[in-house]
Amino acid sequence: MSFLEVLYFIIPSAIFYAAPLIMTAIGGVFTERSGVVNIGLEGVMIIGAFSSIVFNLTFADTFGGLTPWIGLVIAMVIGIVFSLILAVAAVSFRADQTVAGVALNMLGLAVAVFSVKMIYDKGQTDSIAERFSRFDIPVLKDIPILGKMFFTDVYGTSILAIVVAFIAWYIIYKTPFGLRLRAVGEHPMAADTMGVNVTKMRYVAVMISGALGGIGGAIYAQAIAGNFSQSTISGQGFIAIAAMIFGKWHPLGALGAALFFGLAQSLSIAGASIPVIKDVPEVILLILPYLLTIFALAGFIGKARAPKASGEPYIKGKR
Amino acid sequence: MSKRLTNILVPLISILLGIIVGAIVMAISGFSPVDGYIALWNGVFGNTYNIGETIRQITPYVFAGLAVAFAFRTGLFNIGVEGQLIVGWLAAAYVGYAFDLPKIVHIPLALLAAAVAGGLWAFIPGLLKAKLQVHEVIVTIMMNYIALHVVNATIATLSDGEKTEKIHETASLRSPFLESITDYSRLHWGFIIAILAVIIMWFILEKTTRGYELKSVGFNQHASEYAGMNVSKNIILAMVISGIFAGLGGAMEALGTFGNISKMTAFTGIGFDGIAVALLGANQPFGVLLGAMLFGSLKNGGLNMPNEAGIPVEIVSIVIALIIFFVASGYIIRVALERISKKKKEEK
Repeated sequence: MSFLEVLYFIIPSAIFYAAPLIMTAIGGVFTERSGVVNIGLEGVMIIGAFSSIVFNLTFADTFGGLTPWIGLVIAMVIGIVFSLILAVAAVSFRADQTVAGVALNMLGLAVAVFSVKMIYDKGQTDSIAERFSRFDIPVLKDIPILGKMFFTDVYGTSILAIVVAFIAWYIIYKTPFGLRLRAVGEHPMAADTMGVNVTKMRYVAVMISGALGGIGGAIYAQAIAGNFSQSTISGQGFIAIAAMIFGKWHPLGALGAALFFGLAQSLSIAGASIPVIKDVPEVILLILPYLLTIFALAGFIGKARAPKASGEPYIKGKR
Repeated sequence: MSKRLTNILVPLISILLGIIVGAIVMAISGFSPVDGYIALWNGVFGNTYNIGETIRQITPYVFAGLAVAFAFRTGLFNIGVEGQLIVGWLAAAYVGYAFDLPKIVHIPLALLAAAVAGGLWAFIPGLLKAKLQVHEVIVTIMMNYIALHVVNATIATLSDGEKTEKIHETASLRSPFLESITDYSRLHWGFIIAILAVIIMWFILEKTTRGYELKSVGFNQHASEYAGMNVSKNIILAMVISGIFAGLGGAMEALGTFGNISKMTAFTGIGFDGIAVALLGANQPFGVLLGAMLFGSLKNGGLNMPNEAGIPVEIVSIVIALIIFFVASGYIIRVALERISKKKKEEK
């Protein structure tokens, strides 16, 4: 395989694997920016994956090729509802956010597997008939080299994820809503004094993360896994959190980090057929995202700093 | 209402609420909650085999709970118990089969290996927290996944396939006596070690100067530093001790329950359940023992639910997750309790 052929193979596959990570990581950016730590993104992804697969299996005949896309919407709605549990516990009931997040992960997996066993009488669903399909982008695909790398055999979901990252950047940095969101995450008391409703902002942020995490899980399930079982989502939610941190709580940073982690994932799966990479032990590629995140946090790759009030419940009147 | 009473009532109410919501879930899914909970009860106490298996299940939960609780008491949140437990498991299993030693040396050596492995795995987040102020939650989560992949790769190199060799008889905590009184369950002597660990944690925290310092750093770093304590040393030590407990929990699985370690596709879940155990036990050593007994019983008893009542075993995880939510939301339960006791006073 020539170097260029390797790139033709690896880059689309990296973007393919990155799409669910991008979505979920952007969701993480929203909550953390509002001052709520969402360790429960893994659970949200599980619920999203589960609900999209069930929808897909049930309605594939009715909606045909549109099914996976409607599945995304369903997963989004259910993700929002599910994330409300975290919002209620962490924002209204002042629960420890990390503990509530851990419980959310447990609950997500348990509810999903329980329901699968209830509906299908077995621990793993059948494979879905309608998956996301690939297409070539007209005109752009004819650009030499780049066309083949980025614009042929593209998944719609990948485009969606990248677009969402840019929209998130615009919302967080260029709109009044974004300014309030960041203010609530940095200094809730000051924001409250200026008339920003801290509780409302945090609820909205958690719900946005539920929506994006749900979509992320649904993309993973309907584009990569093709069915749902206990181990469909195993760590992707945490890799997304890692991407968010590695991207320094910035939507575009998270986008870049998620793409890079997608590359690591696709290399660990497809690396055996690529010279040089095949000599690297698989385990190195598997642990790379996690290692890099620790390095980033430790300040070896530029200091990553969390929003100041992240993780702390806001109690009115408390100094 | 006295503070002490509230502290006991909050976990009890949480458990009750968790069980009630679990019953509602069962009812909605078309099962009889009564049958479900009877099956659960029988899964715990139904016969001597189940009792033996339940105690076996409780053993690693005690260690995981102690690990989380010890870190909590010193102001740290160790979500990395899972990873520390896995590396401890591997270390104990390796020492168990790779060495030929008399029993009196072999078991302590295997336990020591597990403790060192777990302690080392926790040393890294402790060091980063103490020296670079990196938050331990994210680092320990990342360390969990690194542990999972590294341990799997190590198993692949050590063995020719999916699992390591069985440990030698001299390293095993199993005993024919315990098997015979519990109808050949996998009960092993680990539960004695677990109880010892509970006492040791209580002793360290309540009876030693070091324990006082650790707690003090957990309460207020600046005050502790002003009082002349070495904050960063105490943070690292707290993480390492927490990791040692976790590693020993892994040793229970290696030397007792399984006798080896197999490649894992997902986490064992013991480490995460340890958070629930610690939370319910209010981070007190003896509270952890009670918490572990409850969650260990739920986990093991739940296995009987598909057989006897046809209910998927995941219902138990749902109940456990709900209990965590309710305990974590203790604030709102406290508020409710206060209102009720106020009303009663007014009526009087």
